[in-house]
Amino acid sequence: MSPLNIKKGSTSHSAYDLRDPYADVSEAHTLAVIVDNEAGVLARVIGLFSGRGYNIDSLTVAEVDHTGHLSRITIVTHGTPQVITQIKSLLARMVPVRAVHDLTEEGPSVQRELALFKVAGKGEHRIEALRLAEIFRAHVVDSTLESFVFEMTGPPEKIDSFAELMRPLGLREIARTGVAALSRGA
Amino acid sequence: MTQNMTGARMVVQALKDQGVEVVFGYPGGAVLPIYDEIFQQNDIRHILVRHEQGAIHMAEGYARSTGKVGVALVTSGPGATNAVTGLVDALMDSIPLVVLTGQVPTFMIGTDGFQEADTVGITRPCTKMNWLVKDTAKLSETIHLAFHVARSGRPGPVLIDIPKDVQFADADYVTKEKIKVSHYQPKLKGDIDQITRLVEMIETAERPILYTGGGVINSGPGASQLLRELAEATGFPVTSTLMGLGAYPASGKNWLGMLGMHGLYEANLAMHGCDLMINIGARFDDRITGRIKDFSPNSKKAHIDIDASSINKVVHVDVPILGDVGHVLEDLLRIWKSRGRKVNKAGLAGWWRQINDWRAVKCLTYKPSTTTIKPQYALERLEALTKGMDRYITTEVGQHQMWAAQFLGFEAPNRWMTSGGLGTMGYGLPASIGVQIAHPEALVINVAGEASWLMNMQEMGTAMQFRAPVKQFILNNERLGMVRQWQELLHGERYSQSWSESLPDFVKLAEAFGCKGIQCKDPKDLDDAIMEMIRYDGPVIFDCLVEKHENCFPMIPSGKPHNEMLLGDADTQGVIGAKGAVLV
Repeated sequence: MSPLNIKKGSTSHSAYDLRDPYADVSEAHTLAVIVDNEAGVLARVIGLFSGRGYNIDSLTVAEVDHTGHLSRITIVTHGTPQVITQIKSLLARMVPVRAVHDLTEEGPSVQRELALFKVAGKGEHRIEALRLAEIFRAHVVDSTLESFVFEMTGPPEKIDSFAELMRPLGLREIARTGVAALSRGA
Repeated sequence: MTQNMTGARMVVQALKDQGVEVVFGYPGGAVLPIYDEIFQQNDIRHILVRHEQGAIHMAEGYARSTGKVGVALVTSGPGATNAVTGLVDALMDSIPLVVLTGQVPTFMIGTDGFQEADTVGITRPCTKMNWLVKDTAKLSETIHLAFHVARSGRPGPVLIDIPKDVQFADADYVTKEKIKVSHYQPKLKGDIDQITRLVEMIETAERPILYTGGGVINSGPGASQLLRELAEATGFPVTSTLMGLGAYPASGKNWLGMLGMHGLYEANLAMHGCDLMINIGARFDDRITGRIKDFSPNSKKAHIDIDASSINKVVHVDVPILGDVGHVLEDLLRIWKSRGRKVNKAGLAGWWRQINDWRAVKCLTYKPSTTTIKPQYALERLEALTKGMDRYITTEVGQHQMWAAQFLGFEAPNRWMTSGGLGTMGYGLPASIGVQIAHPEALVINVAGEASWLMNMQEMGTAMQFRAPVKQFILNNERLGMVRQWQELLHGERYSQSWSESLPDFVKLAEAFGCKGIQCKDPKDLDDAIMEMIRYDGPVIFDCLVEKHENCFPMIPSGKPHNEMLLGDADTQGVIGAKGAVLV
């Protein structure tokens, strides 16, 4: 701990980058990568991570500008500050990459993920599942006499906690989209 | 006026518009339309290689010795896969190449067609960028963009995969002036604040060193000129990586020689003991740094590089400067001069006294012999007899490569072609042909080991066909010398598979190819034999039988820091610990 009582790895408390670039503390970062939507771009980005042994915790990609043919790839990754910097430099030097934003470093951001949960059960379990879904603001998008499919949007932690609650109530399957993120403010 | 033409014609037209004079290639089913166009024109010369790997190394030699983009043309499937080693070689050493591959027609892609391979998939991590062109209308634009990408920023190989139906179809040709400007425009100018910080450090440093690399050469001859000016004006010592030799002249008074694993004692100790390290276009490769933890422990480090991902990759630097070496050095010199050209004279004088003490160790000393040719002696004589000639050197990979870097002096950039990053055995012979094609009148010598040389010896046919009078100077120790050396140091002298059995008679081999073969085994005959090689008007295979068990020193054992170098007469047993043994 530094004398200023600022946690190592924290960037939101100071105007300066106080992180030790060679610290071995692993940090999670959300990167938004704007790329030309052309064949092979995703393979190129993913190949960078697999080829150099970096981690992908979540990956979301879709075209966001149809006239400019630009796609936005949102990657959640983790690594030491040096690895994160290296990932960003390596992404930025790729020819089809237009911009790399580190949403974790650039300030507060909104992170959302959509998930579908299939929960099967009868009696009390079924009622309890429905009640919890209401508390979590999950919608029922499919229903049979023995099952529900819930849809929920939220930060990844919220989806994790809902999944934990559903597990004893008959959780069968989960489908998650991965994180989409935008910086807060204009 | 737009011109309508076939994709195949477009390829040739685009190459002409890009100023391409030579293409190294090998035909096959999927590139027949392009070869048909090549047949019907005389502006672009086609050099027919004997193996696609040779084509890429020739293009590398051509590119490295001219500063231009090298071009290769190969067919689909095996043509493309044979090119892969060369692509990675060029990627590691930042050599600009445009490689064109044929592909099965678009409607057959994915059907496991004859000679089909997922070329863009295979080569994606082996190239700076690659494209599969599925529409003839996009072909000319893609080729122009490919040249831009290959030569911009940190140069590298790019590949364009062209299906056969795209070569046959018609579309409008787009000239290079008409294509839309690529957003890929790497930053050339360095940050002035950072450059000024470096100038302040230059003004006060007591023990500075300029650590230069291949980036100086890639930046162009102007960058080498500026480096020389900086070194002369400040009086700072200069060392260089393997890839950067020639940027600062070997005869320059500030020259310390190459650094790194087999670098010179004075260069490595100066790196270890400096208080200011200025990395200019090098990348803190593991052959340079040794043990990272103990790498130059007491210095401030500045790093000038055009590739942001090279900065702070393995060594933390205090002053990162992102930009082209030439542009940054220009600004650096201007600012330094405008502030009064200050250096720490007293500090520097002491530093040079220290360096001269290290120089006095004479780390390249070896035990001479009157009966066998020492490889170092062979290179000393080659240097003495060819110095001052219009000379280009290529090498294969191994001990001979390190000795060549130690014993040959380079006065100018672009005169030294070697496989540094990838360490590709078989690089030197084809590279020498590529250099000779670019410089028909020059003396081009490939310093080789017999084992490396055999890996691409089929290219002697290319040298003969195109009258490329390349000199193959083979230091033949009948061993994989570097492997043998490591087995001696690391594996209890168990020489597993590291000798060259059943070698050909190189003189007869030369005769079989129709060129000249010379064998020399007596030091007394060496000078005459080398002169005979130089004077012969045509390719020569020179079989120089050298001492079989010579080790290459100095050497930083793997896993050790710079100040634990081994010199020639050192005890070499047990010098590499268990941790070092897992490194290469």
